[in-house]
Amino acid sequence: MQKDNNKIINKLAKSDYKYGFYTDIETDRAPKGLTEDTIRFIWEKKKEPDFMLDFRLKAFRHWQKMAEPTWAHVKYKPIDYQDITYYAAPHKKPQYENLDQVDPDLLETFNKLGIPLEEQKQLAGVAVDAVMDSVSVATTYKKSLAEKGIIFSSFSEALQDHPDLVEKYMATVVPYTDNFFAALNSAVFSDGSFVYIPKGVHCPMELSTYFRINAANTGQFERTLIVAEEGSYVSYLEGCTAPMRSENQLHAAIVEIIAHKNAEVKYSTVQNWYPGDKQGSGGVYNFVTKRGICKEKNAKISWTQVETGSAVTWKYPSLILKGDNTTGEFFSVAVTNNMQQADTGTKMIHLGKNSRSTIISKGISAGNSNNSYRGLVKMSGQATNSRNFSQCDSLLLGDKSGAHTFPYIDVANKSSIVEHEATTSKISEDQLFYSLQRGIDMENAIGLIVNGYAKDVLKKLPMEFAVEAQKLLSISLEGSVG
Amino acid sequence: MLSIKNLNVSVEGKPILNGLNLEVKDGEVHAIMGPNGSGKSTLASVIAGRDYFTIEQGEVTYMGKNLLEIPPEVRAKEGIFLGFQYPVEIPGVSMTNFMRTAINEKRKHQGLKPLSGAEFLKLMEEKKKLVKIESKLANRSVNEGFSGGEKKKNEIFQLALLEPKLAVLDETDSGLDIDALKVVANGVNMLKRKDNATILITHYQRLLDYVIPDVVHVLFDGKIVKSGGKELALELEEKGYNWITKET
Repeated sequence: MQKDNNKIINKLAKSDYKYGFYTDIETDRAPKGLTEDTIRFIWEKKKEPDFMLDFRLKAFRHWQKMAEPTWAHVKYKPIDYQDITYYAAPHKKPQYENLDQVDPDLLETFNKLGIPLEEQKQLAGVAVDAVMDSVSVATTYKKSLAEKGIIFSSFSEALQDHPDLVEKYMATVVPYTDNFFAALNSAVFSDGSFVYIPKGVHCPMELSTYFRINAANTGQFERTLIVAEEGSYVSYLEGCTAPMRSENQLHAAIVEIIAHKNAEVKYSTVQNWYPGDKQGSGGVYNFVTKRGICKEKNAKISWTQVETGSAVTWKYPSLILKGDNTTGEFFSVAVTNNMQQADTGTKMIHLGKNSRSTIISKGISAGNSNNSYRGLVKMSGQATNSRNFSQCDSLLLGDKSGAHTFPYIDVANKSSIVEHEATTSKISEDQLFYSLQRGIDMENAIGLIVNGYAKDVLKKLPMEFAVEAQKLLSISLEGSVG
Repeated sequence: MLSIKNLNVSVEGKPILNGLNLEVKDGEVHAIMGPNGSGKSTLASVIAGRDYFTIEQGEVTYMGKNLLEIPPEVRAKEGIFLGFQYPVEIPGVSMTNFMRTAINEKRKHQGLKPLSGAEFLKLMEEKKKLVKIESKLANRSVNEGFSGGEKKKNEIFQLALLEPKLAVLDETDSGLDIDALKVVANGVNMLKRKDNATILITHYQRLLDYVIPDVVHVLFDGKIVKSGGKELALELEEKGYNWITKET
């Protein structure tokens, strides 16, 4: 079954939007800059329900009163928010005629990742030949989900087809007032994904945004909403191991997850946005707000992320453990190389009794990069007998990179237990020479050592994703030692 | 197979090897003995290609090639194996994965097809039996949490898997109890062929009770001051290194 699913996903990945994950707007772009008119323009273009205009405007008005946060351990040039185009119709026109026109470094990476030629073309923005059979495959895929009552669609589609559901859940976990980037996203987001798993349904396949993000010039402001009704289960994959170029430097996404009683949601991300060149110019700023709520008892949500891309990452997938006996997990590998900066981590807010959370964070810093873990574990007064275990490890390659850990712990009851372990290590010359002496070259050796170090997190990823992620780690660190 | 002529090596300006000469032929086992600080480990490092030292003078030829120009990983693929005095731990990397990578890199170099997972596991089972190594060692991360003796046995296990042309064992016998010593010696003996060679670097004669060398060399102050048959080792054990140093 798993294999079939992946086949389907792979085929879909190569198809040209046949599944319908696109906004059906062919026209133009909004003028640069952000005013209430821009918001109205977006709302109109997307033919959204009325409540959306109200929501977007409220968010915009709030955003105007907010200041950009500066507390993260990252530095970047100030962003001119009036110099951004907030709405552009997804253009399907290929950028290049053939692969020869594409950056050879990018192609080299594709080859190392073993990405098929046709897919390479698509990723790089080259015209793709029509893929056979994709319609029937997509139909099969959609049909088997629909039979179980599962909704998996673009956010725009969901606003047309299921406005009540969207209105009921949107912004209940990340309100537009939450932070600067969340407010901005709420005001201007263009599209994203919507997932709804009905009561008692075990989603029979991994839901993957892989193909959609590959193909589209989706945007800088994405929004994802996942709702798992009582006793349901879903595993959701976001992202792509292939390096993603973007026309937009600023990316500010929101992901919200709602897990009801006895429901379980696994959310896996591989993030490989363009990190910029070796001097760090041109890379993507990735400022993301991800939060889930285990709303009622026994609900469980897991975040697993492999972060290798972006010039600047500001991202803290968090969980509110509201119900009793709820479980939250955060597994992260964050790699920074060259001039990359990552400030990432999680928040575990324990509100329910006997709630459990686990945090395993593995930072890997190479080159001149900086990698910070920032985490909060909060045990409220009611969250009696709750437990958290946190492990934050840092691995340094070379002597110019930095690893930083900022753990915050806040416990307001006497029966809860919070454990925090942290280590910092380096790949030693001895380990590298030992590997060389066995005939394993430097890049392979670093790949082996880094993957060994990140194993605890990688094994949480769905199988096929894990294999790709392993390759990705090695490739991301190429040329970082020796 | 290996020919070292007038090798002079320094570490941070301090001379360590001073005009060392050594000839190793196919099928031979050489023992190099010497007191601490005589340059034994530096010699092993030069052959393996570690780069903390400076070659001041001399030449090292391996299979007709100038060894000093070959990078360490290529030396390994061309059949040079170093049994480390202090094998390093590599947490999280399983022995299976590590050795399969090593073997397949070597096979690629030789123009052979990589071994599949099943083929490799079969080979591992075979070699485990050959060198009498416990299964559990091979299932763990590289040297992680191994005792001193286990680490040394693991070096021999890797030796058996890689089947090198020239093995240099740097004090593989030190710190071993008699059983572990036998495992090491047995491994060396089992793997001896007409077309390969072994250099045993050792401080003590003890190992040579179990592995009979063709030639014994005494290294002192960076050069080989005396060479002889296996009886030289016994004489050395009896009279101590002072005997040699006085004589020279």
